[in-house]
Amino acid sequence: MELVQRARQGDRRALARLITLVENEAPEAVEALQELYLFTGKAQVIGITGPPGSGKSTLTDKLVKELRKEKKKVAVIAVDPTSPFTGGAILGDRIRMSDLNLDEDVYIRSMGTRGSLGGLSAATSAATKVLDACDFDYVFIETVGVGQSEVDIVKAADTTIVVMVPGLGDDIQAIKAGILEIGDFFVVNKADRDGANRVALELRMMLDLNEQKLVWQPPVLMSVANQNQGIAEIVAGIKDHFTYLKESGELAIKRRERLEKELLEIVSKKIYRQIADKVQREGKLKQYLDSLMKKETDPYTLVKVILQDVIKT
Amino acid sequence: MLEKEKWQELSKAKENWEKGTVEKALSKFKERQEEFNTGSGIPIARLCTPLDAQKLDYENDLGFPGEYPFTRGVQPTMYRGRFWTMRQYAGFATAEESNKRYKYLLEQGQTGLSVAFDLPTQIGYDSDTPIAQGEIGKVGVAIDSLADMEVLFNGIPLDKVSTSMTINASAAILLAMYIAVAEKQGVSTEQLRGTIQNDILKEYSARGTYIFPPTPSMRLITNVFEFCAENVPKWNTISISGYHIREAGSTAVQEVAFTLADGIAYVEAAIKAGMDVDDFAGRLSFFFNAHNDLFEEAAKFRAARKVWAKIMKERFGAKNPRSWKLRFHTQTAGSTLTAQQPDNNIVRVAIQTLAAVLGGTQSLHTNSRDEALALPSEDSVRIALRTQQIVAYESGVGETIDPLAGSYYVENLTTEIEKRVWAYIEKIDALGGAVKAIEQGYIQKEIADSSYAYQKAMEAGQRIVVGLNKFQMEEQPVKGLLRVDPAVGEAQVKRLQELKKSRDNAAVQNKLADLRQAAQGETNLMPYILAAVRLYATEGEICNVLRDVFGEYRPVEIL
Amino acid sequence: MAEKRIRVLVAKPGLDGHDRGAKVIARSLRDAGMEVIYTGLRQTPEQIVAAAIQEDVDVVAMSLLSGAHNHLFPKVVELLKEKNAEDILVLGGGVIPEADIPFLKERGIAEIFTPGTPTGKVVKFIRDKIGEKV
Repeated sequence: MELVQRARQGDRRALARLITLVENEAPEAVEALQELYLFTGKAQVIGITGPPGSGKSTLTDKLVKELRKEKKKVAVIAVDPTSPFTGGAILGDRIRMSDLNLDEDVYIRSMGTRGSLGGLSAATSAATKVLDACDFDYVFIETVGVGQSEVDIVKAADTTIVVMVPGLGDDIQAIKAGILEIGDFFVVNKADRDGANRVALELRMMLDLNEQKLVWQPPVLMSVANQNQGIAEIVAGIKDHFTYLKESGELAIKRRERLEKELLEIVSKKIYRQIADKVQREGKLKQYLDSLMKKETDPYTLVKVILQDVIKT
Repeated sequence: MLEKEKWQELSKAKENWEKGTVEKALSKFKERQEEFNTGSGIPIARLCTPLDAQKLDYENDLGFPGEYPFTRGVQPTMYRGRFWTMRQYAGFATAEESNKRYKYLLEQGQTGLSVAFDLPTQIGYDSDTPIAQGEIGKVGVAIDSLADMEVLFNGIPLDKVSTSMTINASAAILLAMYIAVAEKQGVSTEQLRGTIQNDILKEYSARGTYIFPPTPSMRLITNVFEFCAENVPKWNTISISGYHIREAGSTAVQEVAFTLADGIAYVEAAIKAGMDVDDFAGRLSFFFNAHNDLFEEAAKFRAARKVWAKIMKERFGAKNPRSWKLRFHTQTAGSTLTAQQPDNNIVRVAIQTLAAVLGGTQSLHTNSRDEALALPSEDSVRIALRTQQIVAYESGVGETIDPLAGSYYVENLTTEIEKRVWAYIEKIDALGGAVKAIEQGYIQKEIADSSYAYQKAMEAGQRIVVGLNKFQMEEQPVKGLLRVDPAVGEAQVKRLQELKKSRDNAAVQNKLADLRQAAQGETNLMPYILAAVRLYATEGEICNVLRDVFGEYRPVEIL
Repeated sequence: MAEKRIRVLVAKPGLDGHDRGAKVIARSLRDAGMEVIYTGLRQTPEQIVAAAIQEDVDVVAMSLLSGAHNHLFPKVVELLKEKNAEDILVLGGGVIPEADIPFLKERGIAEIFTPGTPTGKVVKFIRDKIGEKV
């Protein structure tokens, strides 16, 4: 596909169009992803999650700049919530990274969640693959950060960084909300504020209490992102983690799991589509719904009927 | 009859009126709206009576003009003594052209100068930097160095004319240039009268012409307070502004609350820097907006004076009564003026002028009818000035002090605004003060929310703007608008390049090095800035040294 | 197929710090179902174009009240063309005299929305131009 070739050669417009195609699940997207698959697997995918106000975007901006010193190619996907009422979104994370706009080897893309509830958009993984296949060394994914439902990030990232910030009032709550399990790193940002040390301490205590004796002990790091403090340590940690993942075989396991989930997802999506299309095409939906409303049958019986129908064809 | 019985009787009588006379009228036709509210969301009663002013305590709540709590005015004779200063904000293109406009305005009866600088100057960029391209001289006059400043005030006696300069992040530098021009005229700093806006907090939250981060900016501001307390005693060292906050879309209540919260932050910073509150507080001044709702605006100014007086006396323990006085300049609300049927704007401005005068302003700028289209043409600015003069000399509103006092409605509004302002100040205190509130985006979000609500109300037809969403008509494009010749930019750049060749560059570099060292320490920077300015160091050069040492501000963008 | 969304870059070119209009437009477009990327203040034409291309926007909407529009708006159009992105719709708004509009349109700015324009008009213009998307 021409677009794929151009993107792989460094044409940023082509890359941007590819991401749009996969985001919109355009027919050509499948073809593109097929071609790109062979080239994926080199980039380290780093998820950045944390509550609003924790300074994720500023932190990401600094991490990218640090990696750029080593001339690494870095991409950032910044996800913001889509309004459930209007379907629109204000994607404002890019503002905090505006210095990087003119760096040819940095690519920043803003995405709306478009109805997905896990802190990422459904297309984020696909977009990540596109970037991976276009020779980016690092892909950062910045999530919406609502704190409670940040499950998607674990699926999409090799390394997950949880950003905390002192003074949000409900530190313990945030720690309880399941993020202890998903973090490979915890960063207490805005560490120049009161309470920073306390948050770090609490985190360390809770991590120690974690029964699951992990091989990788998630470090708790401190940073003041907008003053560039603590950044080098985090970058070093990111690299250490990737080394650990590779050497321990964890990376392969993670990716295999990810592939399994994806494969099944793609399959189930495809099957669903075929069935839904068929039902629509044959104009039977109205019939089915009418009989359900009249209590002439129940959904479970109907499903059997539909599936038998499909399997026949 | 006992007091209590009197009120009960009145209350009953009002009820009877509502259930009888009013109901009868309503059965013929309803009121125009379900609810009536001011822009701040304060409910507007159909009728206010003494019942609404029951709790008003004349001596404690209103008092007398020139005395605490100053609700009725900061001067004992107000406009019977002297009218407010008629001070039209002006400046564009080159120093020569602006100088001409200033002389014209002074001839036409303006009583003080107000300088508008272009964006590169406001943001500390010389005209020869790439980012200045296209912006030179467009929204104000381009000042790169003392040389331009000399031209700007050529033939204007700085011992006789007071000058207000709308400059913030680089205020210290422009003040230094003003002082240097005065020196050349033989005018000592003790004689200088005027104001620099010097209010960085509202730049962060509403106006956008910031350069350095909050901490070093506060240092520069307190350096100016200190320097002027000693050397330029008649100078207003800051004009703590609500005008721009309102223009960015806030309500009247928010305008006052966020301005006074900023004021609190400045006072705290100066005290932290080691000054005694009475040493500088008398020279703090304010800058408010005069918007459409005549009564809400007048009440707003009265409430602002009362709240600030209490803050200075009780919170900061200021002893000198001068420290308690909220003195302010007002500008009529630019954002209310339309591009459609521009002559209507003359009427809007007249009403807004009334609001400012009934509110007791010390100084006033009236916008011109072409506000939504371009910088004012000579004709348009003259009409704007005449508006002030007509209100002053013909309307009679200045013949007595605070004439709206005692109006059941206005007193009610004043009290209500005061209450809501205190609530906001408490909220901001809880967030850690104005600086923290801005860091967290709280103030920006409040403003953006109000702004959006206003737009929606307008588009839904709940807010009528004559000529815009009602009474529209086909129009011809307006002729005679002021245009800044693009050649101005080139001329300015050339002039700057020549200056850089003709001055003593070694000496300039020396002074800049001194400034750099001083900036890295804790000392007052004004003398160092003055030294550099006198030798024709450019504003950009000085700002670049400070940028190096202080860093640049990264905004928190909240939509 | 998943839903397509119209993507708009709302930009503040140059030194102008007045962002009330840009923010109101951003919210209005969001309320109309579009994805809005707001650049923040002090953007150079180069930065605006880089962002527009990376975000693969359909529209670049610039707000400017400082009088520098005749210089900055055409520069953005020029750079988009250089980067083979001239299919992106470019719009402008702010304090722009009627007399300047023909020049700007000639330089490739599709429409200028002057003070008082209802936000619905901007939404409709974008929807009409971008076609069958949302």
